Amino acid sequence: MREFSEIWSYLAQEPLLWLTATLAAYVAADAIFRATGKRPLANPVLIAVALLALLLGITGTPYGTYFEGAKFVHFMLGPATVALALPLHANRALVRQSALPLLAALLAGSLSAVLAALGIGWALGLDHATLLSLAPKSATAPVALGISENIGGSPTLTAVLVILTGIIGAIVATPLLNLLRIRDWRARGLAVGVAAHGIGTARAFQVNQTAGAFAGIGMGLNALLSAILVPLVIGVMF
Amino acid sequence: MIPDLTMLLLFQLSGEVLARALGLPLPGPVIGMGLLLGLLLARPAMADRLRDTASGLLGHLSLLFVPAGVGIVGHLGLLEQAGGAILLALAGSTIVAIATGAAVFVAVARLAGTPDA
Repeated sequence: MREFSEIWSYLAQEPLLWLTATLAAYVAADAIFRATGKRPLANPVLIAVALLALLLGITGTPYGTYFEGAKFVHFMLGPATVALALPLHANRALVRQSALPLLAALLAGSLSAVLAALGIGWALGLDHATLLSLAPKSATAPVALGISENIGGSPTLTAVLVILTGIIGAIVATPLLNLLRIRDWRARGLAVGVAAHGIGTARAFQVNQTAGAFAGIGMGLNALLSAILVPLVIGVMF
Repeated sequence: MIPDLTMLLLFQLSGEVLARALGLPLPGPVIGMGLLLGLLLARPAMADRLRDTASGLLGHLSLLFVPAGVGIVGHLGLLEQAGGAILLALAGSTIVAIATGAAVFVAVARLAGTPDA
């Protein structure tokens, strides 16, 4: 039988190991999430990322090596973004029916997210590069990464901030909206989708189907709006 | 499933090509989403064909964020130094955005006379 270190040095070079590890970590994280009764704090993305980061730390694997395997999963963000056209289309009647409040809330939510993030970050003394990476964090990951790159931020930092935003949104949305006594599922879903993209949308679908549909609409439309709005806001402020 | 995936990739590819050819500030997949939405509005029957593949992909949207999220290992220094400020900016802005978005929706729905269905 071969030495484990020999087998390891083979595996460590191949994409198979980290692709498998990514899926396994997600399956484990999803099982934990279900076991806790889908509590937002047990967010599967958060748990899977923590497990994998720990594993990379223990094995001394650089992120670049990990990403060689994980990029196949990452790549699917593109077709998944295209696929968002389906829930948008399925809910076209709802969109048409509430077009006016929907567009107003989209603009208000998107703009307030960017301005509040930059304002709080600036007041707390974050540096220029971090602020630029922070600005597009409410948009869905593939879009936010593209915006960050265009305005001179760090795409990998933006990726982390996007995910943290999603998790925060998924955790705070239900208690916050209950506190504000907002019962309209359309309003609740849309606001969460605009502020907290796919992770918020996944959370909204757990709570209510209408909220989920509107969250998907909010995420899709904010992907479009952020791509235009964030560079504009950055241009005015910096 | 494979023809459906091919279709999604074709739309993404068209989006990327259009974004570069016209110098649009939008990411390619977002333009692809817009193009596909246009096709679905023109031919609603296409939606039935694509539905299973799309919901399969979107049902595990969380998984697709994991590889980018693991990128946090490259920013541990920054998080150690400014993690508190970053978390406050993220939490504060997310709370403000959700509250503002939902409140504006309810207010405009009332004004426009499109009450909760």
